[in-house]
Amino acid sequence: MSEKPILSVRNLKTYFDVTKGLFSKKQIVKAVDDVSFDVMPNETFGLVGESGCGKTTLGRTIVKLYDPVEGSIEFMGKDIANLKGAELKAYRKDMQMIFQDPYASLNPRMTVGEIIKEPMIIHNIYNTDAEREERVVELLRIVGLKPDHIRRYPAEFSGGQRQRIGIARALAVNPKFIVCDEPISALDVSIQAQVINLLENIQKEMGLSYLFIAHDLSMVKHISDKIGVMYLGHMVEMGKSEDVYHRPLHPYTTALLSAIPIPDPDVAKAKSRILLEGEIPSPINPPAGCPFSTRCPKATERCHKEMPQPIEVGGRMVACHLYER
Amino acid sequence: MSEAEVKMVLPENAFEKLPEDEKNNEFIAMKSRSYFQDVWFQYKKNKLAMVSLVFIIIMILMAIFMPMFSRYSYEAQDLANPNALPSAAHWFGTDKFGRDIFIRIMYGARISLSVGFAAAAINLVIGIVWGGMCGYIGGRFDMILMRIVDIIYSVPTLLYVILIMLIFGSNMFSVLLAICISSWVGLARQVRAQVMSQKEQEYALAAKVLGASDMRILFRHLVKNSIGPIIVNTTLMVPSAIFTEAFLSFVGIGISIPMASWGTMANEAKNMLFSAPLQMVWPVSAICLTMLALNFIGDGLNQALDPKKRSR
Repeated sequence: MSEKPILSVRNLKTYFDVTKGLFSKKQIVKAVDDVSFDVMPNETFGLVGESGCGKTTLGRTIVKLYDPVEGSIEFMGKDIANLKGAELKAYRKDMQMIFQDPYASLNPRMTVGEIIKEPMIIHNIYNTDAEREERVVELLRIVGLKPDHIRRYPAEFSGGQRQRIGIARALAVNPKFIVCDEPISALDVSIQAQVINLLENIQKEMGLSYLFIAHDLSMVKHISDKIGVMYLGHMVEMGKSEDVYHRPLHPYTTALLSAIPIPDPDVAKAKSRILLEGEIPSPINPPAGCPFSTRCPKATERCHKEMPQPIEVGGRMVACHLYER
Repeated sequence: MSEAEVKMVLPENAFEKLPEDEKNNEFIAMKSRSYFQDVWFQYKKNKLAMVSLVFIIIMILMAIFMPMFSRYSYEAQDLANPNALPSAAHWFGTDKFGRDIFIRIMYGARISLSVGFAAAAINLVIGIVWGGMCGYIGGRFDMILMRIVDIIYSVPTLLYVILIMLIFGSNMFSVLLAICISSWVGLARQVRAQVMSQKEQEYALAAKVLGASDMRILFRHLVKNSIGPIIVNTTLMVPSAIFTEAFLSFVGIGISIPMASWGTMANEAKNMLFSAPLQMVWPVSAICLTMLALNFIGDGLNQALDPKKRSR
């Protein structure tokens, strides 16, 4: 590999203290536990996993909404895990985020113009309000909205339009990297495709890199160059999206893929769906050994005792004892 | 299905082209209204609240201008003409010293309204800053500041009101201090609860990711979004402050005579209750009407600000 990754996460751990009351036993949620991955410039890294597996926490740790307990986040060759003050502000200019809920992520008391202008005011990008206004109109055009929408309030728009406003806000500071935290899961299927295409076009035009978080594997496969699969705070499998999608290694990925609905009843009948037993274990009290061992159809004695280390198999990473030699 | 079959099932004239002007589906027809325009629009629908608002505005204007242009003053005595009944010269009659009651009511309105609005404004500022910081920062800081609030809340109000009056004397400043020292805590608690529920919303996180300072997030985003209930609470604080002032003045530890306050006037009138009952009617009805009007305004605002309470 000749190119250097734009974002390089190493052994990242984000824990939350959820101890209730003064005297109870200390309880810690290991939301993200020892996760490492790289994102190349102009690439999209897709992150999948079921609810509560820590993918949103991972995204929020990368944009510094949460502080990691351990590990490093290297962005353009600089460790940002412990940034403060002016340096943090400069980092925020390069690293932006698109949120899951287009209804909650826009301040209902601000007009669209004010929302998109705010990042420019915070980072002092333009000197006059006229210049900012001009840029807002340009951004609205890029995301497919009309200039006359500038004086309107978020409540007057549909979910898809609001998500476009959210994208315009993220683009306002000319970031190099955008964390997309399930940007399409709150939208209608027909609108999802529009937003995905918009994100892809913007990436091509502006040379952005994405960390794309979702729980829909087929959508992630479409947009991503690489996919990482998370389970209970751990990265269980990672590789090129084609490989992961068509030839999954980890039993959890296999189960996830079998859950994708197929729009053809004949094929769907022929396909066997792997049903996972039980609930996702609590991250406060994770199972010993492999985190997936409690639900894994192929679990052995060893899986319940020993934590599998990530190993490389055919150019990708998998954390499973089945592939160790 | 072949093309011919499709044509058989769906004849060509079954569909019509949409006219060009109907294709503009992104167009939003409704005029955009800002938050306060919308609140005013809703508020106007409430007749009682509108009448009350007009009443209070007239009251304020009269309290400001009447004493300027009147030939009477609140303290000038006319001992030749005590306890007069209402007449063209003295609209509300005179009291036992022959002072014009109408002008004294106007002076009383000055005191009552300024105490009411000043107390509400002070409470608003302290409540927002204190509650906002508690809710936003959270943790141990919040713990300590909220326990202080609990302590203030648990001491009987009358106790430190009397102490303040003893120390600072009976004047408007000490009345204001006495009212404000305890009543901001309710607002602070409310602001704290609002800020706590708002700060986990994605728009607040978005502002943080954009690099907004804590002050900006707290005041531009969080407080701005919780302003509805805060305004209602503040409006309802005005009548309660007016009532407290009148009460303190009535029992003789508020505004001191000869300054005219509705409370002191009621106090003076109580000795004359059997010989000149009208003298009691004026200050009491002034207090009642003002309180009622302000409560109706608060109610109207509450309805206008909260979409769930709107009547169609």
